[in-house]
Amino acid sequence: MPAIATQGLTRTFGPVTALSQLTVEMPAGVVGLVGANGAGKSTLIKILLGLLPPTSGTATILGMNCLTDGLRIREIVGYMPESECLPPDVSATEFIVHMARMSGLPTNIARERTADTLRHVGLYEERYRPIGGYSTGMRQRVKLAQALVHDPQLVLLDEPTNGLDPAGRDDMLGLIRRVSTDFGISVVVTSHLLGELERIADHVVSIESGVLQHSTSTAAATEFSGSVLVEVTERGAEVVERLRALGAQVATGAQPNAFAVEVPDEGVLDDVRGVVVDLDVGLVRMQRGRHHLSEMFLTTGEAVHG
Amino acid sequence: MADIEAPEGVIHDIGFRHYDGVRLGRGWIVRSLLVETFRGVFGLGRPAKAKIMPWILIGILFAPPLVFALIAVLLGLDALPLSYTAFPQALSLIVSLFVASRAPYCVSRDLRHGVMPLYLSRPMRRNDYVFAKFAGLALSVFAILAAAETLLFVGALLAKLAVGAQITGYLQGLVVSVLYALVLTSIGLVIAAFTPRRGLGVVAIITVLAVVAGIASVASQLLIYHGSATLGNYVGALDPYGLVDGIAVLWFGVDSAFGRDMALGATGGIAFTAAAIGIVAGGIGLLMRRYKKVGVV
Repeated sequence: MPAIATQGLTRTFGPVTALSQLTVEMPAGVVGLVGANGAGKSTLIKILLGLLPPTSGTATILGMNCLTDGLRIREIVGYMPESECLPPDVSATEFIVHMARMSGLPTNIARERTADTLRHVGLYEERYRPIGGYSTGMRQRVKLAQALVHDPQLVLLDEPTNGLDPAGRDDMLGLIRRVSTDFGISVVVTSHLLGELERIADHVVSIESGVLQHSTSTAAATEFSGSVLVEVTERGAEVVERLRALGAQVATGAQPNAFAVEVPDEGVLDDVRGVVVDLDVGLVRMQRGRHHLSEMFLTTGEAVHG
Repeated sequence: MADIEAPEGVIHDIGFRHYDGVRLGRGWIVRSLLVETFRGVFGLGRPAKAKIMPWILIGILFAPPLVFALIAVLLGLDALPLSYTAFPQALSLIVSLFVASRAPYCVSRDLRHGVMPLYLSRPMRRNDYVFAKFAGLALSVFAILAAAETLLFVGALLAKLAVGAQITGYLQGLVVSVLYALVLTSIGLVIAAFTPRRGLGVVAIITVLAVVAGIASVASQLLIYHGSATLGNYVGALDPYGLVDGIAVLWFGVDSAFGRDMALGATGGIAFTAAAIGIVAGGIGLLMRRYKKVGVV
């Protein structure tokens, strides 16, 4: 059973169409939802939480109908909004305990799980200080903690890396990966940065102007391509010339000593070795090329070899 | 909590623990939010700064009952210098300041800092939030009024005033406190919910309460002075304090806190009560409408 499934999901706001005939299935694990600002990601999340009725179509999350089971869904789903959502005048502990109770946990369990969850997201002594004095990275952790504290089966994370510096971004991405692998909680994470999602997502869904563009598992999208990356120590141009003379398809990049060779059959690999030996240059690497998620978004004309 | 520490003093990471215990429903959630609101009004669980304003006002509110009790004891009076039902009106400035400073605290904070999406993404409905916030503030206002009334009552007993009359007066005071709490909360919360900036909300509420009270009082006195006593008494009820005072006069036959001679009979009692119900119902209705759109795209 997919974690999330939508069927012809459409939502309009007056003349604006936020989602148009969206039919997509998202498996358990980490699902990346990618799209530009205003692509309909937030609208989709609000429909999934049962907060916004779709104009037409259906959506189910963990097998529950988003139109009718809102309360039950919100009991076992966590949500981390993109926007600033923390009151400045309470401590993280105080706030997360309150939010855990708002999810229906009894007070003593709310306290226990708050301490646990804040530790898991990496907030320690500072959790007793008012949130107003926190850095952006710490705020993002508190936001994540409130989505996890009630032990949901799935969390919807809206742009969790927004506003973070590169180190904070890496930490957050690692944390999200752990939520899925170590905590066993399914994750739907939105981002407009494909590179981020490629690192952590098992499955990527892209929407644009409310229309589904792609839905593919990351493994399939980044599988081995039919080319091999070759890097030599020197005289790269000569090597390329010789290979082309032997009939090989070679694509050169910005670096003179690195290039990609199409591999229609194993013989090409022997050619590469032969040329390198002939010219007496060092062979740094021969690596099977992988596709990148970003290729999904390029038209065939601009496609480049990875 | 019993943290098991290794000999080296390292706390072991026991991994993420799942929870499969009970998940309580909306009733518990509303109750928790109500309690949180109530505690927040008094600055409990907040930095010291948040406690200053409410507790200064409460201190001022509690001073008169102590003074009155002292006067009654020293002068050997046979009644309190101020009746239970007139007490909240006599300190209307303090009560209004309390509502004006606390109502924005209850709702503006969540609106201003975008906390609403977090509430909405939990197993509760929008109106649960409205109800909990309303009840939380109303209970706090009632709590401070009832506490002051209780101080009056205790003082009266210490001054050895006639117990029977004091009990009647005390109970009437509590009923009036409930009415004040409901009416003032309705007005305060609606204004606060439409002014997300907290400072602005405080000013708006105190302005509305003070200006309405002033206008109603002047207009009422003019009308009564010029012979339209009935109309004057009705106009006086435009002020929430005048309204609740009118209800107390018409229901319990006590003296008006404004010194008005109200002979409006059953019609007046019904009209005033209906107006109070209208304010509360209208206030809750407006709040529900205000929150209908919050947090949705």
